[in-house]
Amino acid sequence: MREGEDFLPITHHLLHVTEMKNELIEGLKEALRRAATVLPADVVRALEAARDREEGPARVQLEAILENVALAREKGVPICQDTGTQTFFVRVGTKFPYLDELREAIPEAVRRATEEVPLRPNTVHPFTRKNPGDNTGRFIPYITWELVPGDSAEIHLLPKGGGSENCCKLVLLTPAKGIPGVKRAVVEHIAACRGLPCPPTVVGVGIGGGADLSLKLGKLALLRPVGTRHPEPEVAALEEELAGMINALGVGPMGLGGKTTVLAVHIEYAHRHPASFPLGIVVQCWADRRAHVLISPKGEISVTGDA
Amino acid sequence: MKGILRTPIAEDEVRALKAGDVIYVSGLLFTARDEAHKVLLERGEPFPLEGLALFHCGPVVRKRGDGWEVIAAGPTTSMRMESLEPEFLRRFKPRVIVGKGGMGEETLAALSEVGAVYCHFTGGAGALAAQRIKGVREVHHLEELGIPEAVWVFEVERFGPLVVAMDAHGRSLYAEVGAAVETNLEKVLARTKEG
Repeated sequence: MREGEDFLPITHHLLHVTEMKNELIEGLKEALRRAATVLPADVVRALEAARDREEGPARVQLEAILENVALAREKGVPICQDTGTQTFFVRVGTKFPYLDELREAIPEAVRRATEEVPLRPNTVHPFTRKNPGDNTGRFIPYITWELVPGDSAEIHLLPKGGGSENCCKLVLLTPAKGIPGVKRAVVEHIAACRGLPCPPTVVGVGIGGGADLSLKLGKLALLRPVGTRHPEPEVAALEEELAGMINALGVGPMGLGGKTTVLAVHIEYAHRHPASFPLGIVVQCWADRRAHVLISPKGEISVTGDA
Repeated sequence: MKGILRTPIAEDEVRALKAGDVIYVSGLLFTARDEAHKVLLERGEPFPLEGLALFHCGPVVRKRGDGWEVIAAGPTTSMRMESLEPEFLRRFKPRVIVGKGGMGEETLAALSEVGAVYCHFTGGAGALAAQRIKGVREVHHLEELGIPEAVWVFEVERFGPLVVAMDAHGRSLYAEVGAAVETNLEKVLARTKEG
């Protein structure tokens, strides 16, 4: 195969590309493993702080949660049996050299992680009820692509459990209701959810945009570490106010009563149509699992748990 | 009260429990979600379920040799089984139900009638649950229902902590917390208006 010089660069390139795809699959698989088995440090700190201020059944729940988190980490097993719907937010540079490989690597990494971590097969056909068993399917894994200037790629992983996803809600407020309407709708909804989303939760609130964008913003708000605030003071103040209001409800860990119903409320917003005021409420269970991947233009991959 | 109940659990043992107690279960725990409830009600119990603990759970398991290894096994939302649970309790008499989120009034009534309790296991604590599962004794309806929905029979040691959330005397922590939350909600919203 080495007779013609012409072959060389092509062969070399193909080999490189195949290797790169495999590297990406392995890197993303490790990120999926990390997200499923190691709870980010910011969430652990928030849970520990909650345990310290609770007593009775609430404290029993938080102690069990923290024992569970430590066990999962030590044994390298999933924190929760619902390993979620595999969700990726990709910010990719317009000059990133491995776009094709990355596109193919994501579902393949999900298949491998399902087998090796293992993840629970969580993709069911809505009509036939068939489950392919590998966590892939139509539109799943769910990938959001964002093009940015540059030559690297950044990926946030958010495996999202079904119990908390069932507590997400879209509210189409009238503009006259404004921010007070947001407060009422969010607090009433989290009160109505009680223990279903496995509190203490992290609530992502998306304000503005269209109906779909408000829910998307709510989900994007979850990527921010617990303990951080929105950079704009007005938004940050509302985050704190909402968390205070919700924690005054007394739903408590697992809905058994207590002071901690949310670990944090995160808000993102978009401009809205003059006639609309969409509000997307996205609820994330205490197992606020995330991982973060950076891929350099040279193909170096780094995986961390913190967003 | 804090105690360890060993299966088969007797009716008077669960009647002695009160909402808020923290217990552990040792012995046999079987899983059943929506589909399994339906299948067992249609075709009968595959082995005697009286006195055992019923777990609302779809586990993550891995084949190991001839057997199975349980990787994660936290509870699923119990309310989905509400329409099936009263009949299930009357017919098969499991003494302890383990799940999350609580159940409705019909199940609460059936708990009193049959002599059983509903216990809350920390939602999402799948690794902790798996650690207390010492082995898989049997699995039923696996091919038909798939891994999460099959009836798994686990041998467990000190499975918990389980908070007795609905007892056999008509008391439900969920109902109590629910009433408190309604009152608190009114207060919180009233404060916002004034502010």
